[in-house]
Amino acid sequence: MNTAVDSLSQQSHLDTLGGQGVAGGAHGGENLFAELLRHLEDSHELETPFGHVHLPEFPPVDVFGLTVDLSITKHVLFVWIAAVLLCVVAISVARKYTRTEVPKGFTNFFEAMVVFVRDEVAVYNMGPRGIRYTPYLLTTFFFILLMNLLGLVPYGATATANVSVTAGLALIAFLMINGASMRAQGVGHWLAHLTGGVHWALWPIIVPIEIIGLFTKPFALCIRLFANMNGGHLVIVSLIGLIFLFQSYIIAIAPAGFVVGILFLELFVAVLQAYIFTMLTATFMGLGMQESGHGAEEAHS
Amino acid sequence: MDAVGLGYLAAGIGAALTIIGAGHGIGKLAAAAMEASGRQPEVAGPVRTSMLIAAALIEGVTFFSLAICIILATK
Repeated sequence: MNTAVDSLSQQSHLDTLGGQGVAGGAHGGENLFAELLRHLEDSHELETPFGHVHLPEFPPVDVFGLTVDLSITKHVLFVWIAAVLLCVVAISVARKYTRTEVPKGFTNFFEAMVVFVRDEVAVYNMGPRGIRYTPYLLTTFFFILLMNLLGLVPYGATATANVSVTAGLALIAFLMINGASMRAQGVGHWLAHLTGGVHWALWPIIVPIEIIGLFTKPFALCIRLFANMNGGHLVIVSLIGLIFLFQSYIIAIAPAGFVVGILFLELFVAVLQAYIFTMLTATFMGLGMQESGHGAEEAHS
Repeated sequence: MDAVGLGYLAAGIGAALTIIGAGHGIGKLAAAAMEASGRQPEVAGPVRTSMLIAAALIEGVTFFSLAICIILATK
Protein backbone atom coordinates (compact mmCIF):
# COMPACT_ATOMS: atom_id res chain seq x y z
CA MET A 1 0.00 0.00 0.00
CA ASN A 2 2.03 2.90 -1.21
CA THR A 3 -0.64 5.59 -1.08
CA ALA A 4 -0.90 5.86 2.69
CA VAL A 5 2.77 6.16 3.44
CA ASP A 6 3.79 8.06 0.37
CA SER A 7 1.08 10.62 0.41
CA LEU A 8 1.91 11.30 4.04
CA SER A 9 5.60 11.57 3.22
CA GLN A 10 4.73 14.00 0.45
CA GLN A 11 2.40 15.87 2.72
CA SER A 12 4.14 19.22 2.41
CA HIS A 13 4.09 18.94 -1.38
CA LEU A 14 0.41 18.08 -1.42
CA ASP A 15 -0.36 20.72 1.14
CA THR A 16 0.90 23.41 -1.16
CA LEU A 17 -1.07 21.83 -3.99
CA GLY A 18 -4.23 21.81 -1.92
CA GLY A 19 -3.56 25.37 -0.78
CA GLN A 20 -3.25 26.53 -4.36
CA GLY A 21 -6.44 24.71 -5.21
CA VAL A 22 -8.40 26.35 -2.42
CA ALA A 23 -7.03 29.73 -3.40
CA GLY A 24 -7.72 29.05 -7.06
CA GLY A 25 -11.30 27.94 -6.70
CA ALA A 26 -13.47 24.83 -6.53
CA HIS A 27 -11.12 22.64 -8.59
CA GLY A 28 -8.60 22.25 -5.75
CA GLY A 29 -10.09 19.05 -4.34
CA GLU A 30 -10.29 17.47 -7.79
CA ASN A 31 -6.63 18.17 -8.59
CA LEU A 32 -5.57 16.86 -5.23
CA PHE A 33 -7.61 13.71 -5.64
CA ALA A 34 -6.07 13.11 -9.07
CA GLU A 35 -2.63 13.62 -7.52
CA LEU A 36 -3.39 11.03 -4.85
CA LEU A 37 -4.90 8.63 -7.38
CA ARG A 38 -1.69 8.70 -9.41
CA HIS A 39 -0.10 6.51 -6.73
CA LEU A 40 -2.47 3.69 -7.62
CA GLU A 41 -1.56 3.73 -11.29
CA ASP A 42 1.31 2.13 -13.09
CA SER A 43 4.20 4.52 -13.65
CA HIS A 44 7.76 4.73 -14.90
CA GLU A 45 8.94 6.02 -11.54
CA LEU A 46 9.77 3.89 -8.55
CA GLU A 47 9.37 5.52 -5.17
CA THR A 48 12.06 4.65 -2.66
CA PRO A 49 13.02 6.13 0.70
CA PHE A 50 15.93 7.85 -1.11
CA GLY A 51 13.84 9.59 -3.75
CA HIS A 52 12.36 8.68 -7.09
CA VAL A 53 14.13 6.21 -9.35
CA HIS A 54 13.37 6.40 -13.05
CA LEU A 55 12.82 2.94 -14.51
CA PRO A 56 14.12 2.09 -18.01
CA GLU A 57 11.80 2.99 -20.85
CA PHE A 58 11.97 1.30 -24.24
CA PRO A 59 10.43 2.61 -27.45
CA PRO A 60 7.18 0.79 -28.36
CA VAL A 61 7.59 -2.32 -30.53
CA ASP A 62 5.25 -3.46 -33.31
CA VAL A 63 4.05 -7.04 -32.86
CA PHE A 64 1.68 -8.26 -35.60
CA GLY A 65 0.39 -4.75 -36.18
CA LEU A 66 -0.10 -4.05 -32.47
CA THR A 67 2.01 -1.38 -30.82
CA VAL A 68 3.32 -2.84 -27.58
CA ASP A 69 5.13 -0.82 -24.95
CA LEU A 70 7.59 -3.16 -23.27
CA SER A 71 9.02 -0.64 -20.81
CA ILE A 72 9.74 -1.88 -17.32
CA THR A 73 7.14 -0.14 -15.18
CA LYS A 74 6.55 -0.21 -11.44
CA HIS A 75 4.07 -3.06 -11.65
CA VAL A 76 6.30 -5.15 -13.93
CA LEU A 77 9.10 -4.70 -11.41
CA PHE A 78 6.87 -5.83 -8.55
CA VAL A 79 5.71 -8.90 -10.50
CA TRP A 80 9.37 -9.81 -10.92
CA ILE A 81 10.14 -9.15 -7.26
CA ALA A 82 7.25 -11.41 -6.25
CA ALA A 83 8.43 -14.13 -8.66
CA VAL A 84 12.04 -14.03 -7.44
CA LEU A 85 10.95 -13.92 -3.79
CA LEU A 86 8.62 -16.87 -4.33
CA CYS A 87 11.35 -18.91 -6.04
CA VAL A 88 13.88 -18.19 -3.27
CA VAL A 89 11.44 -18.93 -0.43
CA ALA A 90 9.86 -22.02 -2.00
CA ILE A 91 13.17 -23.61 -3.05
CA SER A 92 14.83 -22.99 0.33
CA VAL A 93 11.80 -24.35 2.18
CA ALA A 94 11.63 -27.41 -0.08
CA ARG A 95 15.34 -28.08 0.52
CA LYS A 96 14.97 -27.76 4.26
CA TYR A 97 11.88 -29.95 4.19
CA THR A 98 13.57 -32.87 2.45
CA ARG A 99 16.61 -32.70 4.72
CA THR A 100 14.91 -32.85 8.10
CA GLU A 101 12.57 -35.41 9.57
CA VAL A 102 10.38 -32.99 11.48
CA PRO A 103 9.85 -29.54 9.94
CA LYS A 104 9.92 -26.59 12.30
CA GLY A 105 9.53 -22.86 12.26
CA PHE A 106 8.88 -21.28 8.88
CA THR A 107 9.03 -24.64 7.07
CA ASN A 108 6.23 -25.89 9.29
CA PHE A 109 4.11 -22.84 8.48
CA PHE A 110 4.71 -23.32 4.76
CA GLU A 111 3.85 -27.01 5.02
CA ALA A 112 0.51 -26.21 6.64
CA MET A 113 -0.40 -23.89 3.77
CA VAL A 114 0.74 -26.36 1.10
CA VAL A 115 -1.27 -29.16 2.70
CA PHE A 116 -4.28 -26.86 2.95
CA VAL A 117 -4.18 -26.04 -0.77
CA ARG A 118 -3.67 -29.71 -1.65
CA ASP A 119 -6.42 -31.14 0.56
CA GLU A 120 -8.99 -28.37 0.84
CA VAL A 121 -8.66 -26.89 -2.65
CA ALA A 122 -7.29 -29.45 -5.12
CA VAL A 123 -8.60 -32.75 -3.75
CA TYR A 124 -11.80 -31.20 -2.39
CA ASN A 125 -12.82 -30.00 -5.86
CA MET A 126 -11.24 -32.53 -8.20
CA GLY A 127 -10.92 -35.71 -6.19
CA PRO A 128 -7.68 -37.73 -6.17
CA ARG A 129 -6.98 -36.65 -9.75
CA GLY A 130 -6.56 -33.13 -8.47
CA ILE A 131 -3.16 -33.92 -6.93
CA ARG A 132 -1.70 -33.66 -10.45
CA TYR A 133 -2.77 -30.00 -10.59
CA THR A 134 -1.62 -29.09 -7.07
CA PRO A 135 1.68 -27.52 -8.25
CA TYR A 136 -0.19 -25.10 -10.52
CA LEU A 137 -2.68 -24.18 -7.79
CA LEU A 138 0.11 -23.71 -5.24
CA THR A 139 2.05 -21.46 -7.61
CA THR A 140 -1.04 -19.36 -8.33
CA PHE A 141 -1.91 -19.07 -4.65
CA PHE A 142 1.51 -18.04 -3.40
CA PHE A 143 2.26 -15.79 -6.38
CA ILE A 144 -0.99 -13.84 -6.01
CA LEU A 145 -0.59 -13.76 -2.23
CA LEU A 146 2.93 -12.34 -2.51
CA MET A 147 1.91 -9.71 -5.07
CA ASN A 148 -1.04 -8.68 -2.88
CA LEU A 149 1.11 -8.48 0.24
CA LEU A 150 3.90 -6.53 -1.52
CA GLY A 151 1.29 -3.84 -2.11
CA LEU A 152 0.87 -3.41 1.64
CA VAL A 153 4.60 -2.91 2.25
CA PRO A 154 5.63 0.77 2.46
CA TYR A 155 6.86 2.05 -0.92
CA GLY A 156 5.45 -1.10 -2.50
CA ALA A 157 3.03 -1.34 -5.40
CA THR A 158 0.17 -3.78 -5.85
CA ALA A 159 0.82 -5.50 -9.15
CA THR A 160 -2.54 -7.29 -8.94
CA ALA A 161 -4.26 -3.88 -8.96
CA ASN A 162 -3.26 -3.69 -12.63
CA VAL A 163 -5.82 -5.29 -14.92
CA SER A 164 -3.12 -6.56 -17.30
CA VAL A 165 -1.48 -8.63 -14.56
CA THR A 166 -4.77 -10.23 -13.51
CA ALA A 167 -5.67 -10.79 -17.18
CA GLY A 168 -2.42 -12.71 -17.59
CA LEU A 169 -3.21 -14.84 -14.55
CA ALA A 170 -6.75 -15.42 -15.84
CA LEU A 171 -5.40 -16.46 -19.26
CA ILE A 172 -3.30 -19.16 -17.60
CA ALA A 173 -6.36 -20.20 -15.55
CA PHE A 174 -8.39 -20.41 -18.79
CA LEU A 175 -5.80 -22.71 -20.36
CA MET A 176 -5.62 -24.87 -17.21
CA ILE A 177 -9.43 -25.14 -16.83
CA ASN A 178 -9.95 -26.25 -20.42
CA GLY A 179 -6.75 -28.30 -20.56
CA ALA A 180 -7.76 -30.26 -17.46
CA SER A 181 -11.25 -30.78 -18.91
CA MET A 182 -9.87 -32.04 -22.24
CA ARG A 183 -7.40 -34.30 -20.49
CA ALA A 184 -10.04 -35.85 -18.22
CA GLN A 185 -12.80 -36.26 -20.83
CA GLY A 186 -11.04 -36.18 -24.18
CA VAL A 187 -11.38 -33.47 -26.79
CA GLY A 188 -14.51 -35.11 -28.27
CA HIS A 189 -16.38 -35.01 -24.98
CA TRP A 190 -15.18 -31.50 -24.36
CA LEU A 191 -16.66 -30.42 -27.70
CA ALA A 192 -19.86 -32.40 -27.05
CA HIS A 193 -20.11 -30.56 -23.75
CA LEU A 194 -20.42 -27.31 -25.68
CA THR A 195 -23.78 -28.47 -27.03
CA GLY A 196 -25.13 -28.72 -23.49
CA GLY A 197 -26.70 -32.13 -24.18
CA VAL A 198 -29.86 -30.68 -25.74
CA HIS A 199 -31.73 -31.48 -28.95
CA TRP A 200 -29.82 -30.45 -32.08
CA ALA A 201 -32.51 -27.92 -33.04
CA LEU A 202 -31.48 -25.83 -30.03
CA TRP A 203 -27.77 -25.88 -30.85
CA PRO A 204 -27.73 -22.45 -32.56
CA ILE A 205 -28.79 -20.97 -29.21
CA ILE A 206 -26.92 -23.20 -26.78
CA VAL A 207 -23.52 -23.37 -28.49
CA PRO A 208 -22.86 -19.60 -28.47
CA ILE A 209 -24.00 -19.41 -24.84
CA GLU A 210 -21.67 -22.25 -23.84
CA ILE A 211 -18.77 -20.64 -25.72
CA ILE A 212 -19.42 -17.32 -23.97
CA GLY A 213 -19.62 -19.29 -20.71
CA LEU A 214 -16.09 -20.60 -21.31
CA PHE A 215 -14.75 -17.04 -21.38
CA THR A 216 -16.84 -15.49 -18.60
CA LYS A 217 -15.23 -17.70 -15.93
CA PRO A 218 -11.65 -16.44 -16.38
CA PHE A 219 -12.94 -12.95 -17.18
CA ALA A 220 -14.74 -12.87 -13.84
CA LEU A 221 -11.57 -14.12 -12.12
CA CYS A 222 -9.60 -11.29 -13.75
CA ILE A 223 -12.05 -8.51 -12.87
CA ARG A 224 -12.65 -9.82 -9.33
CA LEU A 225 -9.00 -9.80 -8.32
CA PHE A 226 -8.35 -6.44 -10.00
CA ALA A 227 -11.39 -4.74 -8.47
CA ASN A 228 -10.81 -6.17 -4.99
CA MET A 229 -7.20 -5.07 -4.86
CA ASN A 230 -8.12 -1.60 -6.15
CA GLY A 231 -11.16 -1.21 -3.90
CA GLY A 232 -9.30 -1.03 -0.61
CA HIS A 233 -6.74 1.36 -2.07
CA LEU A 234 -9.48 3.65 -3.35
CA VAL A 235 -11.06 3.77 0.11
CA ILE A 236 -7.71 4.71 1.65
CA VAL A 237 -7.15 7.43 -0.96
CA SER A 238 -10.60 8.83 -0.25
CA LEU A 239 -9.98 8.84 3.51
CA ILE A 240 -6.61 10.55 3.14
CA GLY A 241 -8.22 12.99 0.72
CA LEU A 242 -10.52 14.04 3.58
CA ILE A 243 -7.52 15.35 5.54
CA PHE A 244 -6.50 17.67 2.71
CA LEU A 245 -10.10 18.63 2.04
CA PHE A 246 -10.58 19.90 5.60
CA GLN A 247 -7.03 21.37 5.90
CA SER A 248 -6.91 20.61 9.60
CA TYR A 249 -4.63 18.60 11.89
CA ILE A 250 -7.43 17.81 14.32
CA ILE A 251 -9.62 16.25 11.65
CA ALA A 252 -6.65 14.11 10.53
CA ILE A 253 -6.95 11.87 13.61
CA ALA A 254 -10.19 10.24 12.52
CA PRO A 255 -9.18 9.33 8.91
CA ALA A 256 -5.80 8.06 10.19
CA GLY A 257 -7.63 5.67 12.52
CA PHE A 258 -9.92 4.54 9.75
CA VAL A 259 -6.95 4.02 7.41
CA VAL A 260 -5.31 1.69 9.92
CA GLY A 261 -8.56 -0.26 10.11
CA ILE A 262 -8.85 -0.46 6.32
CA LEU A 263 -5.23 -1.60 6.09
CA PHE A 264 -6.02 -4.55 8.37
CA LEU A 265 -9.07 -5.28 6.20
CA GLU A 266 -6.80 -5.17 3.14
CA LEU A 267 -4.45 -7.66 4.78
CA PHE A 268 -7.41 -10.01 5.15
CA VAL A 269 -8.61 -9.31 1.59
CA ALA A 270 -5.12 -9.99 0.22
CA VAL A 271 -5.16 -13.51 1.66
CA LEU A 272 -8.86 -14.07 0.88
CA GLN A 273 -8.56 -13.07 -2.77
CA ALA A 274 -5.53 -15.29 -3.35
CA TYR A 275 -7.57 -18.13 -1.83
CA ILE A 276 -10.71 -17.27 -3.84
CA PHE A 277 -8.79 -17.13 -7.13
CA THR A 278 -7.21 -20.53 -6.45
CA MET A 279 -10.44 -22.02 -5.12
CA LEU A 280 -12.55 -20.88 -8.09
CA THR A 281 -9.95 -22.08 -10.60
CA ALA A 282 -9.98 -25.48 -8.88
CA THR A 283 -13.80 -25.49 -8.81
CA PHE A 284 -14.04 -24.72 -12.52
CA MET A 285 -11.41 -27.37 -13.28
CA GLY A 286 -13.35 -29.86 -11.17
CA LEU A 287 -16.62 -29.04 -12.97
CA GLY A 288 -14.98 -29.61 -16.34
CA MET A 289 -13.47 -32.89 -15.20
CA GLN A 290 -16.73 -34.58 -14.19
CA GLU A 291 -17.56 -37.67 -16.20
CA SER A 292 -21.10 -36.70 -17.17
CA GLY A 293 -20.61 -33.00 -17.55
CA HIS A 294 -23.57 -32.42 -19.87
CA GLY A 295 -26.03 -31.61 -17.15
CA ALA A 296 -27.70 -28.42 -16.14
CA GLU A 297 -25.99 -28.60 -12.74
CA GLU A 298 -22.98 -26.80 -14.11
CA ALA A 299 -22.36 -23.41 -12.57
CA HIS A 300 -21.91 -20.41 -14.80
CA SER A 301 -20.37 -17.37 -13.28
CA MET B 1 -28.86 19.31 -17.06
CA ASP B 2 -26.33 18.49 -19.76
CA ALA B 3 -25.29 15.06 -20.98
CA VAL B 4 -22.14 14.95 -18.82
CA GLY B 5 -24.15 15.68 -15.69
CA LEU B 6 -26.62 12.95 -16.59
CA GLY B 7 -23.70 10.56 -17.05
CA TYR B 8 -22.43 11.27 -13.54
CA LEU B 9 -25.97 10.86 -12.18
CA ALA B 10 -26.32 7.53 -13.99
CA ALA B 11 -22.99 6.33 -12.58
CA GLY B 12 -24.03 7.24 -9.04
CA ILE B 13 -27.46 5.66 -9.26
CA GLY B 14 -25.99 2.61 -10.98
CA ALA B 15 -23.41 2.11 -8.23
CA ALA B 16 -26.09 2.47 -5.55
CA LEU B 17 -28.42 -0.02 -7.23
CA THR B 18 -25.53 -2.46 -7.68
CA ILE B 19 -24.67 -2.33 -4.01
CA ILE B 20 -28.32 -2.81 -3.01
CA GLY B 21 -28.51 -5.95 -5.13
CA ALA B 22 -25.18 -7.34 -4.05
CA GLY B 23 -25.82 -6.58 -0.40
CA HIS B 24 -29.19 -8.29 -0.54
CA GLY B 25 -27.74 -11.32 -2.32
CA ILE B 26 -24.75 -11.80 -0.06
CA GLY B 27 -26.90 -11.09 3.01
CA LYS B 28 -29.37 -13.81 2.11
CA LEU B 29 -26.51 -16.16 1.31
CA ALA B 30 -24.77 -15.52 4.64
CA ALA B 31 -28.05 -15.87 6.56
CA ALA B 32 -28.72 -19.25 4.96
CA ALA B 33 -25.16 -20.41 5.61
CA MET B 34 -25.31 -19.30 9.27
CA GLU B 35 -28.62 -21.12 9.72
CA ALA B 36 -27.24 -24.26 8.14
CA SER B 37 -24.08 -24.31 10.25
CA GLY B 38 -26.10 -23.43 13.36
CA ARG B 39 -28.38 -26.37 12.76
CA GLN B 40 -25.58 -28.76 11.85
CA PRO B 41 -22.28 -27.50 13.26
CA GLU B 42 -20.44 -30.57 11.94
CA VAL B 43 -20.84 -29.40 8.32
CA ALA B 44 -19.78 -25.82 9.08
CA GLY B 45 -16.52 -26.23 7.13
CA PRO B 46 -18.01 -27.32 3.77
CA VAL B 47 -20.85 -24.80 4.18
CA ARG B 48 -18.32 -22.00 4.68
CA THR B 49 -16.40 -23.06 1.57
CA SER B 50 -19.46 -23.14 -0.65
CA MET B 51 -20.64 -19.86 0.86
CA LEU B 52 -17.33 -18.21 -0.06
CA ILE B 53 -17.55 -19.54 -3.62
CA ALA B 54 -21.12 -18.30 -4.08
CA ALA B 55 -20.25 -14.96 -2.49
CA ALA B 56 -17.30 -14.60 -4.85
CA LEU B 57 -19.54 -15.31 -7.84
CA ILE B 58 -22.05 -12.65 -6.73
CA GLU B 59 -19.17 -10.28 -6.12
CA GLY B 60 -17.81 -10.92 -9.61
CA VAL B 61 -21.06 -9.84 -11.24
CA THR B 62 -21.18 -6.83 -8.91
CA PHE B 63 -17.75 -5.75 -10.03
CA PHE B 64 -18.78 -5.92 -13.69
CA SER B 65 -21.50 -3.42 -12.92
CA LEU B 66 -19.27 -1.24 -10.74
CA ALA B 67 -16.62 -1.17 -13.47
CA ILE B 68 -19.26 0.12 -15.89
CA CYS B 69 -20.20 2.82 -13.37
CA ILE B 70 -16.56 3.85 -12.90
CA ILE B 71 -16.04 4.02 -16.68
CA LEU B 72 -19.19 6.13 -16.93
CA ALA B 73 -17.97 8.49 -14.22
CA THR B 74 -14.42 8.92 -15.50
CA LYS B 75 -15.08 9.23 -19.23
